[in-house]
Amino acid sequence: MPNLNDILILLPEFYLVAAACLLLLLDAFMKPEQRPVLHWLSIAVLLVAIYLVVAGQPSQAVTAFNGMFIRDGVAEILKVFSLLTTVLVFFYAKPYLQDRKLFVGEFYTLTIFAVIGIMLLVSAGNLIMVYLGLELLTLSSYALVALNRDSRLSSEAAIKYFVLGALASGMLLYGMSMVYGATGTLDLVRLHTAAGHTGMPHLLVFGLIFMIVGIGFKLGAAPFHMWIPDVYQGSPTAVTVFIGSAQKLAAFGMAYRLLASGLGDLSQHWQLMLACLAVLSLAIGNIVAIVQTNLKRLLAYSTISHMGYLLVGLVNAGPEGYAASLFYAISYAITSAAAFGMILALARAGFECEEIDDLKGLNQRSPWAAFLMMLVMFSLAGVPPLFGFFGKLLVFQAAIHAGYLWLALVGAVFAIIGLYYYLRVVKVMYFDKPVEGTEVHLQKDVSVRLVLSLNVLALLVLGIVWGPLFGWCQSVFVG
Amino acid sequence: MITLSHFIVLGAVLFCIALASLFINRKNVIVLLMSIELMLLAVNINFVAFSRFLGDVAGQVFVFFILTVAAAETAIGLAILVLLFRNRSTINVAEIDSMKG
Repeated sequence: MPNLNDILILLPEFYLVAAACLLLLLDAFMKPEQRPVLHWLSIAVLLVAIYLVVAGQPSQAVTAFNGMFIRDGVAEILKVFSLLTTVLVFFYAKPYLQDRKLFVGEFYTLTIFAVIGIMLLVSAGNLIMVYLGLELLTLSSYALVALNRDSRLSSEAAIKYFVLGALASGMLLYGMSMVYGATGTLDLVRLHTAAGHTGMPHLLVFGLIFMIVGIGFKLGAAPFHMWIPDVYQGSPTAVTVFIGSAQKLAAFGMAYRLLASGLGDLSQHWQLMLACLAVLSLAIGNIVAIVQTNLKRLLAYSTISHMGYLLVGLVNAGPEGYAASLFYAISYAITSAAAFGMILALARAGFECEEIDDLKGLNQRSPWAAFLMMLVMFSLAGVPPLFGFFGKLLVFQAAIHAGYLWLALVGAVFAIIGLYYYLRVVKVMYFDKPVEGTEVHLQKDVSVRLVLSLNVLALLVLGIVWGPLFGWCQSVFVG
Repeated sequence: MITLSHFIVLGAVLFCIALASLFINRKNVIVLLMSIELMLLAVNINFVAFSRFLGDVAGQVFVFFILTVAAAETAIGLAILVLLFRNRSTINVAEIDSMKG
């Protein structure tokens, strides 16, 4: 029987479920012109959830519901940052949605349900919970991608996302069934001990391969990246920013729970598989991005390459590597929220600001916007002293310490190749002439301007003062 | 005598059929939904077989969750399909290609 203590451990999740249901109900009784109230309420709900996560954090890792749910440092840090990036998403999305008549309550409730999925996923202590958290996240995301019901691209992106997402879940489940057959348990802690002395090691490794395919799909690592560019391009940018930022933290959490907590003893098997995925992602992401003309598609390929760097850290398979990867995931989530936030802030009714050419001469029209975009691009490229630089440095360091010097070198080479297409965006903004008869400027909405500026300046500040955050990342993997 | 391996082979065969139909099919999105369903059912056979073989009921509990989620997934899939048909008047897989590169 669940007791009160179990419920207290899950308080942030229970609270968010209740709040999301209330918001849904409130939306039904609300007139369209009152909807900004819903927007601010949703942001407040998420901020309170962050408070509950941090304030209720036990000093030691605790489990609830017979080990189904784990509340530890890793879960806390992932939850805080996924909630925080979702707050950013809500801020950036409002004017964009209003301009396109998409400003509906579903956007807010579906996003909050997706965040609940993320929170359950990163706290999962059992394969069932991993699956349920993941499905709550992805099912909400399918609906979000299809939010713009009259758009051809949006529905195409949704069906592609749906089919490949379902395929990935199927692969993951098939792997889970094999792992269950080999170890006889679904509990991740017991799995960890049982994996060492199973009577059927081949079955276990067979299951592991399928699980890595599933994780690869969810991360968007090559060769399982086919859905990423189409989904990023086709979905409304307000949804892309969510898929591109908070979901990457969830994917890291899932990889950590399954591979490190569950199958940590098999690390000699999965290290090389992840290294292969990493090299492929770095190559495909960075090289194909060079020929892109659509900004969202360019950022999609950039995501693929960034997932490659994240995997470079995971290859270490030790606390150092997990901390580096977690730091990388956080830095990427915040940077990509800013990158898509810029696209959202430059878009207006009837103009998506999706093409790189739309940014031509941005510096002459809106120097502040060009400056912010430049910082974002430099952070994505990993130019010191921005946030993205230290993430890359730490994952390379972790790979070298694990004896994967070649992997770090490959990563460094592709980081330099990647510099080219980020710098191209900067060049277009600063050195090209603006196209006559067009107009690009930042949103008038004060809250968007303010939050976006803070978000981008945070990239600079966190790039210089990265010690405390990395210290936090390291501390959750100790012991 | 039917042993565990018979069930595992059945699961693997169903899974492969589902995968193959997912990749070979170029005609109809509904067939994609069917193969996704078949894939999940193959997984269910695995879980039930292992659960029975190991004498552990957790695997069968997992099957209930998979069935429930599969139903929700199909509902969303069909909803997206309706949307797709309304926007483009076709559900031919080969024609869903307006984004490239």
